[in-house]
Amino acid sequence: MTQGQDHDTSGPNRRQLLECMVWAGAGLLWTVSGGVPTSKLIGGALAAESSSFSFLQISDSHIGFNKDPNTDTPGTLREAIALVDKQRGGASLLIHTGDVSQLSKDAQFDTADQIIREAKLPTHYVPGEHDLLIDDGKGFFERFTPGAPRGWYSFDDHGVHFIALNNVQDLKAGGLGNLGPDQLEWLKRDVAGLAASTPIVVFAHIPLWTVSQDWGWGTQDGEQALSYLRRFGSVTVLNGHIHQIMQKVEGTLAFHTARSTAFPQPAPGSAASPGPIKDLAPGKLRTVLGVAKISRVQNATSLAIVDTPLVG
Amino acid sequence: MRDNAFIALASLCFVGGAAIAYAAEMEPASVTIDNFSFNQASLTVKAGTRVTWTNRDDIPHTVVDADDPKAMKSPPLDTGEHFEHTFVKPGTFHYFCSLHPHMQGTVVVQ
Repeated sequence: MTQGQDHDTSGPNRRQLLECMVWAGAGLLWTVSGGVPTSKLIGGALAAESSSFSFLQISDSHIGFNKDPNTDTPGTLREAIALVDKQRGGASLLIHTGDVSQLSKDAQFDTADQIIREAKLPTHYVPGEHDLLIDDGKGFFERFTPGAPRGWYSFDDHGVHFIALNNVQDLKAGGLGNLGPDQLEWLKRDVAGLAASTPIVVFAHIPLWTVSQDWGWGTQDGEQALSYLRRFGSVTVLNGHIHQIMQKVEGTLAFHTARSTAFPQPAPGSAASPGPIKDLAPGKLRTVLGVAKISRVQNATSLAIVDTPLVG
Repeated sequence: MRDNAFIALASLCFVGGAAIAYAAEMEPASVTIDNFSFNQASLTVKAGTRVTWTNRDDIPHTVVDADDPKAMKSPPLDTGEHFEHTFVKPGTFHYFCSLHPHMQGTVVVQ
């Protein structure tokens, strides 16, 4: 619980900008500082750099989807879990940022559950909109968020405060993702007693920042949630939903979206719709699916995020 | 007394029959879902028209009344699946996809 906490001596006015490192498969290191991305070639050693704490993220497994470009989503999820196992090191836990299933069917949940259990890591889930299609998500919540029947909860690990949010329920016509007043009130109370030096990790399915208004890639009341978190020195916001890596740094808030384990989606506005990219070159699929590993580097306030494709 | 009751019953049957015949005369209307949009975002029909939505995307969608209480709520429609709803009363009905709420449509019933 206390590991690393005492290193953060920077006050709210002298906070280091959170650095967000993304290691693409080709060995390119992206460092985003103050919103300006720079890059340099690196060796593979970065991924194995020792850190005080790490965890992994998978997203959008869409078990039940079986069309182009991926007719075997259980297969690619299995490969992602094998990659998790390879990368785990001393990782504490695994998070899944939603759309576990394609159609909320119990058999789809069960297939995903069995495969993800093979990672043998404590796994924390949030729902995607595909997971709540039957009985308002009862099947998902009972299986994947026991003790949190509405899909939001928090927990602590190695001094990091994790907040799981549900922004895919009871969506309104014309709107984006939505947290709703009950959840916002809960969030406000949840973080009220925490010291500003507590590292915060927030995870939810739809991005909490607006990636694309036209495609509905954002959260209507996300800004209000973030307003409760701006006093903290390090806030990492992890999302899925858009099946591609995107990141942004805003003061002490770092936003990052993970790849899917099922299929890629186009960059905003680059296609007629956000549907799956179907016409991938042969052999390309596994270069655009993958997992993310998030680490806290000793003596730094930043969390490093390394994305690794299944192949590449 | 008995005769009056019979006449009343006969009248009800007649009215009911007329309503069914009227509904059957309506040309059914259809909306397809392509590229995360309802291809006829605004559809005007006569009262009694049956409207069918067909999902032609690779991703499931729904057709849900935008107002509460919800008079219309489809199950998730996977690729190729369809949903039907008959609009009995005149008015303007807004609907959306509850998975992708930026997808919206309107049915104007005359």
